[in-house]
Amino acid sequence: MASVEVRDVKKRFGAAAIIDGVSIDITDGEFVVLVGPSGCGKSTLLRMIAGLESISGGEIRIAERVVNDVPPKQRDIAMVFQNYALYPHMTVRANMGFSLDLQRAPKAKIEERVDRAAQILGLSHLLDRFPRQLSGGQRQRVAMGRAIVRDPQLFLFDEPLSNLDAKLRVTMRAEIKELHQKLGTTMIYVTHDQIEAMTMADKIVVMREGVVEQIGAPLDLYDTPANQFVAGFIGSPAMNFLEGTITPAGFALGQGIVLPLQTRAAKTGPAVYGVRPEHLRLDPKGVPVEVVVVEPTGAETHVVARIAGQDINCVLRERLAIAPGDRLTVAPDAGIEHLFDAVTGARLN
Amino acid sequence: MSLIMNAQVATKPETPVRRSRWMALSGNRNWQAIWFMLPAVAFLILFLAYPLAYGVWLSFTDTRMGSPGEFIGLGNYIWLMDDPVFIIAVMNTLIFTAGASIFKFVIGFYLAILLNKRLPFKALIRAVVLLPWIVPTALSAIAFWWILDSQFSVISWSLKSIGLIDHNINFLGDRDLARASVIFANVWRGIPFIAITLLAGLQTVPVSLYEAATIDGASSWQMFRRITYPMLTPIIAVVMTFSVLFTFTEFQLIWVLTRGGPANATDLMATLSYQRAILGGQLGEGSAIAVAMIPFLLGAIMISWFGLQRQKWQQGNDQ
Ligand SMILES: Nc1ncnc2c1ncn2[C@@H]1O[C@H](COP(=O)(O)OP(=O)(O)OP(=O)(O)O)[C@@H](O)[C@H]1O
Ligand SMILES: [Mg+2]
Repeated sequence: MASVEVRDVKKRFGAAAIIDGVSIDITDGEFVVLVGPSGCGKSTLLRMIAGLESISGGEIRIAERVVNDVPPKQRDIAMVFQNYALYPHMTVRANMGFSLDLQRAPKAKIEERVDRAAQILGLSHLLDRFPRQLSGGQRQRVAMGRAIVRDPQLFLFDEPLSNLDAKLRVTMRAEIKELHQKLGTTMIYVTHDQIEAMTMADKIVVMREGVVEQIGAPLDLYDTPANQFVAGFIGSPAMNFLEGTITPAGFALGQGIVLPLQTRAAKTGPAVYGVRPEHLRLDPKGVPVEVVVVEPTGAETHVVARIAGQDINCVLRERLAIAPGDRLTVAPDAGIEHLFDAVTGARLN
Repeated sequence: MSLIMNAQVATKPETPVRRSRWMALSGNRNWQAIWFMLPAVAFLILFLAYPLAYGVWLSFTDTRMGSPGEFIGLGNYIWLMDDPVFIIAVMNTLIFTAGASIFKFVIGFYLAILLNKRLPFKALIRAVVLLPWIVPTALSAIAFWWILDSQFSVISWSLKSIGLIDHNINFLGDRDLARASVIFANVWRGIPFIAITLLAGLQTVPVSLYEAATIDGASSWQMFRRITYPMLTPIIAVVMTFSVLFTFTEFQLIWVLTRGGPANATDLMATLSYQRAILGGQLGEGSAIAVAMIPFLLGAIMISWFGLQRQKWQQGNDQ
């Protein structure tokens, strides 16, 4: 087990700065998820921690030791790749025992460790198969088994679930989390799926275009996103953003519609008002909206409505007999409004 | 599939019409298939099966140039068993094939690995590597002939100029040097085929396997030994089979360089067969020498076939 410290790390490919000064503190035994849109540099950062990419600037420490110039095999890490990277010409057993075999560990020790890892992951009956005789989920488990056998002080995962179908992904998500609880080892997990991030992480690092947008616990990011990007990225369905102006009377949307504000904004003037679809409810005293689309899902009713010329998604718990063109009055739940700067996107309240 | 079905339905007449035999033959799909294959089959029979069968037949006769021979059973083979020159030719062929194949494999594989690395002017270097393969054998053999000539050899000249030797090396006149020379020429010519094919194989190994192995703590040698090599064995088996077949049947290079000399030191089965059958007119005996190559070639193919069979991991079916 180990803490990881990423200090002002930079990565350049030629002239392009792919990672531009990232700092993250990871404490011993933490499950940290790096999340962000495709191409934001998550994999690059993870590979720098693994030692598969060189570090152009800054410092990475694993267990208090600067590892910038330490080769991967001396970093005591294990990595699970997106495509699993199983050795196709080796059985599951040989795949899992490969690292110990390379170190010329005694056969009995390899056997014991492989068997234990196989037991943890429910792979015991598959040990003599070759990777191509396994299903996607089983391959994924073998890749994790290979990591577990090494008993590293740090696990790295690069989108390990993205090749699985939706249902299996949910199962494996829980399994990885359980594995983390069982082993207690520090884990860094890369994904572009914010649900994975929310459900698994102790701490989420949201990245965009090579910089960190926010670091925090899942619910902190959900409740108080630091900027409009994080607000839009975390949560599903995504947060509604309404453009308007902060006035002393409230948030003016135009067409004479003013949303009351319960929090104090840092400034007045043009801004963006954010509210999550699940934080809107029907309220006779709310603002009038016109229904555009109705999507009943059974548990909830998703309504796309128009308010002062802007579309807004609502997730309502009631079953409603409404049709496009109908008028409703909705109001946000108390105390959960988000205000962002119209230009910089920074949080204003 | 469905297209074929449709066509079948379409050509089947609804009302029974009495058709000519020709109509039946041209309309029936099975017959049509045969018609379409006929040109290719005829080609194969004419240029492959017929010469092969005729060669085998000749090897059981005492045919000479100008005299139709008679069937003499295994006479030619029994005669060859006692022929020291034939035995030498078989030995030469085995040594030549084994020696050249090993060198070609090792150097070709090494070159493939080098070419697979990030190199400046990669495309250019790859093109250059292919050159020995593109140049017609007869042409490169003549070049080698000059390089190895007893009087005009550029190698002898260079070594003399820097004072390492004081007289020309008789590359093609000395038994062992001649053998080494033809093997060298054959290796030079055969390397590109192996290097480029193995390079193609190397490029199919996913980079992530090497990354996983790096993290698993493998050294470069361990990566080669435990990943690259086993992943390439199927392709190596195919490439080396072809290489062995080509080498075993080598003729042009030997013929231009040494004509089998000196004193049969570089005579291979192919050159000996040509000498006996065409130059000596002993068609039956020459054919027997050529036919005697078949078991060796089949053996090489079987070895690679069973070598391939063992690659269980790449076959789809479970257990
Ligand atoms: N070897 C390289 N040379 C040049 N640019 C690269 C290289 N590797 C990655 N990049 C660039 O770096 C950026 C970040 O890549 P990275 O793979 O880290 O993205 P990611 O966040 O993992 O995205 P995804 O979710 O799609 O996997 C991309 O714009 C990519 O084009
Ligand atoms: Mg990635």
